[in-house]
Amino acid sequence: MRAGRAAAIFLRQLYLMRGSVARVLPLFAWITVDIVLWGFITRYLNTVAAPGYNFVPALLGAVLLWDFFARVMHGVTTAFLEDVWARNFLNIFASPLKISEYLAGLVVSSVATSTVGLLVMLVLASAVFGLSFAAYGLLLVPFLLVLFLCGIALGVVGAAVVLRFGPASEWFVWPLPALVSPFAGVFYPLSTLPLWMRGVARALPPSYVFEGMRAVVAGGEASWASLAWGTVLAVVYVLLACWLFVRVHRHVVRTGLLARYSAETV
Amino acid sequence: MVKTLMQESQPGAAPKVLSVAGLRKAYGGTVAVDGVSFEVARGEIVGLLGPNGAGKTTTINMILGVLEPTAGTIRVEGLDVRRERSRALSRTNFAAVYAPLPGNLTVAQNLRVFGLLYGVARLSRRIEELLAEFDLLAFRDTKCGVLSSGEQTRVALAKAMLNRPHLLLLDEPTASLDPASAQETRARMRRFAAGGEGGVLWTSHNMYEVEEVCDRVLFVSKGRVLLEGDPKTLPAEHGRDSLEELFIAVAREPLTLVAGGVA
Repeated sequence: MRAGRAAAIFLRQLYLMRGSVARVLPLFAWITVDIVLWGFITRYLNTVAAPGYNFVPALLGAVLLWDFFARVMHGVTTAFLEDVWARNFLNIFASPLKISEYLAGLVVSSVATSTVGLLVMLVLASAVFGLSFAAYGLLLVPFLLVLFLCGIALGVVGAAVVLRFGPASEWFVWPLPALVSPFAGVFYPLSTLPLWMRGVARALPPSYVFEGMRAVVAGGEASWASLAWGTVLAVVYVLLACWLFVRVHRHVVRTGLLARYSAETV
Repeated sequence: MVKTLMQESQPGAAPKVLSVAGLRKAYGGTVAVDGVSFEVARGEIVGLLGPNGAGKTTTINMILGVLEPTAGTIRVEGLDVRRERSRALSRTNFAAVYAPLPGNLTVAQNLRVFGLLYGVARLSRRIEELLAEFDLLAFRDTKCGVLSSGEQTRVALAKAMLNRPHLLLLDEPTASLDPASAQETRARMRRFAAGGEGGVLWTSHNMYEVEEVCDRVLFVSKGRVLLEGDPKTLPAEHGRDSLEELFIAVAREPLTLVAGGVA
């Protein structure tokens, strides 16, 4: 793998971001709205609920972590979609760029964009609504790591879907995090779910993060073993997602879909 | 074991930068390219000619590794494009009217991004050289999307020359250029080939241009190479007055032509 080629993909993204309000604003606009909305909801809940339980770290913390996951995922897919929107596949894939280098470039782009979003959310949630990350302690590191890896995996899957089914399938990619959220137990314990949904939840690394977060907020301890298992699962999903992208790339090269991508011939 | 360039070349002949053997592409029952074989030598400009839908672009896409052949091999300086795609493509580049560079990046940004993708050494200096050579200095910070089609073609050609390719694929490179720019482009490509570092595969529907630029031409029809030879002598060999007449005959009555004479 040549770092320079992955850097080219990131540099392209940087050039596009520079001076483009349409690209910079979404990095923090919607998550700011989310934090403000849920910040006031948690304040209200704290006034009507029984004293002693603080909704801020439980609900607002969950919103923040979930938005981080979604931003990571969108960071990957947006960088990929730039090539779709610019009809740049022929130039990109007829260059010496390897698929591993391309995916690495998309991941680096996502690291940069999701970091901006995370910082904005951290500042806003702590400064305005008093969310203290000290409550999570060192667990914040595995929380963010698992969600980051999972966001990357889902982003690469989204890119593979668009590569396979054509530009119009973009609509399918954006709501993918929302599709996962009911199973991941972002706002409620997994015990709330019916048995079959709990089975799905166990296969989703974010569910281990949110169960751990709620345990800490309730004054208990998160299971490091569960988080380690969640991390292993997330790494496996990243590898599976990359494998899927490689397979899809081979398919579109073999069938001619890549060479006539805009035709959207399935 | 990868065959080296010298192993593939005949003693005394110019080394081959491109060797295509038995190339075939079928989409189900539809055959787009059917057993095409040819070579391009260093310092040579080979014209790939034929009517629309003959299989020229399909052939170019397979050479560029964006379309997998159903059968056959493609080697760039001995490197199999299927097995050593990245190494083979690092010695290749292309410009095509249907593959403009991203319109939302400036000329300089596009050249920098693609320079990194092709691993170009001393990239800043190379970009300056190409901006000057292709008369793009005034457009350095202009987004490609607002350039005229002719200016975009010059940017695509500059990108195609970034890595000093050993194999250059040009699919109708002068289609959007005014006569003066087209003449300059032809002269530039002649100089590139004469430099002896690389070979060019050139498609065009302008037969006067082909006659001026190409050392050798391949006439393709319905996925097959029908004729091959010197563009200056080939029409007479097949009883036609000009290359354009020969092209029309290939397009309309391919069965009346066979390699080596008139049927």
